[in-house]
Amino acid sequence: MSEPMIEVRNLSYTYRGRGEKSALSSVTFSVSRGEWLAVIGRNGAGKSTLAGLLVGLLKPQSGSIRINGQMLDETSEWALRRHMGIVFQNPDNQFIGTTVEDDVAFGLENENMPVAQMKVRVAEALKLVGLSGLRQADPSRLSGGQKQRVAIAGILALRPDILILDEAFVMLDPKSRRDLLSTLRRLAEATHLTILSITHDMDEAAASNRILVMQDGKIVNDGTPGQIFSTEKDLGAPFSERLRRILLAKGRRAPDQYMTEEEMVDWLWK
Amino acid sequence: MEIKLSGVTADYQIGPIRSPLVLDHINLTVASGSFTAVVGPTGAGKSSLMKVLNGLILPEEGQAVIGQLVVRKGADKKTLKAVRKRVGLVFQFPESQIFAETVEKDICFGPLNFGATAEEACTIAADVIGQVGLDRTFLSKSPFSLSGGQKRRVAIAGILACRPDILLLDEPCAGLDPDGQSEILNLLTRWNRDYGMTIVLVTHDMDRVARYAQQAVVLVKGKIVFHDSVRRLFTDPARLKDWDLDLPEARRFQLKLEKHSGVALPGVCLTEEELAEALIKVGRV
Repeated sequence: MSEPMIEVRNLSYTYRGRGEKSALSSVTFSVSRGEWLAVIGRNGAGKSTLAGLLVGLLKPQSGSIRINGQMLDETSEWALRRHMGIVFQNPDNQFIGTTVEDDVAFGLENENMPVAQMKVRVAEALKLVGLSGLRQADPSRLSGGQKQRVAIAGILALRPDILILDEAFVMLDPKSRRDLLSTLRRLAEATHLTILSITHDMDEAAASNRILVMQDGKIVNDGTPGQIFSTEKDLGAPFSERLRRILLAKGRRAPDQYMTEEEMVDWLWK
Repeated sequence: MEIKLSGVTADYQIGPIRSPLVLDHINLTVASGSFTAVVGPTGAGKSSLMKVLNGLILPEEGQAVIGQLVVRKGADKKTLKAVRKRVGLVFQFPESQIFAETVEKDICFGPLNFGATAEEACTIAADVIGQVGLDRTFLSKSPFSLSGGQKRRVAIAGILACRPDILLLDEPCAGLDPDGQSEILNLLTRWNRDYGMTIVLVTHDMDRVARYAQQAVVLVKGKIVFHDSVRRLFTDPARLKDWDLDLPEARRFQLKLEKHSGVALPGVCLTEEELAEALIKVGRV
């Protein structure tokens, strides 16, 4: 197997002025190229701190991060950041352009890309997020969900090797969310895009290959969606698992482990 | 407090750019003490509707009557201030508007603005912090030391401190973890049930609509195309598809199962609990 795309070792971080409690303590994990890793856990579990450290917005106080085999530090961070794109929760904090097109092109302009090539990239990225019709619109006047898709297009236009989504889908309506999840799924498979998604949305987590569960700055569980949903009873779960838990609680006939919705339908009516 | 919109038309203007008819001749009555969800595809005018109800956008045509107060084009400042006192509006990501150095000062800002004395404002702050499920030790903390869910609750407490009769919320749960989300929604349910507070909730999440709201309003391209009970809203999947709306998960699963088995389950299931009961009734589990 090739070198992991992201390798995190013994990573710790404590915010100044928030007491002695570490936001992240001694976290170790790795993500292979083309893998989709979801990180779940309650607010304050350390998920966003992890994202900030991965893109170099925060400096690790101890431990190390390797991106594509290379150590992330002050000398390498600018080069490594080109491989990474991050989309945050609130898109209003990340708009620059006066039109959707300009905004998506911003990152490419920074890389001094020729205009003709830039146009192709921008058009491609807007198509991926389903916003081709709004090229000329003013980003500040779009709805929350549309804004978020512009922000995602801006990152995809850069064709990063690693896409980090920090609660990036919360403003989307369920349909755009499902569409975007399947677009990313396809993209991950076709281009070996590595995805790390930090989320509360259990459907988003269920779309991943692997889930890390965080609590109080530590990783407390690591497994496939099936393993995680069957064992982490206190966390939310996709619908089929919630139904299974209710049936169990009522002492009714129920599957012995997590099933996807399709499996559950078959199981209920063989 | 009742809300009644008749023939409300609104445009939206930022700088020189104008979007005409974000709201297109809206007639809507929201009963006092009801819990209403406003749903619709992105860009349907949901946030604009909330702003009209709070007097932040004035109707181009028509009028909104809130209790005894009338909001129409050219309404005077005094009326608008009275409207904003009666109608609390919780924006998307309300915590981005927190600015004071302590939670208490932030919560007191609204009441002081509406004429409360410093002492009254502090009493109110001590009261509302409890209503959002935080204890009084939070009052002396810096809002910026709190977690996302706590900040959100402080921001909502700031609105409650103005003692509104009507509470409008635009996606109040976005970005919170599932526990934080149900805490906020359970608080809304409690205020609605115990204090008769009229609640209007804008959300994309049909599961929240199904579980918490009684009435649903569907807004499409600035027009109201549906206003009835939540259960009726989710009866006909074809119509929802036309409006580009989703089904709650339980209902979606129910329809999938009915298609697979060729057997109809009793009733329209809105939650997993209702679906489990229906499955028990037909003897499948």
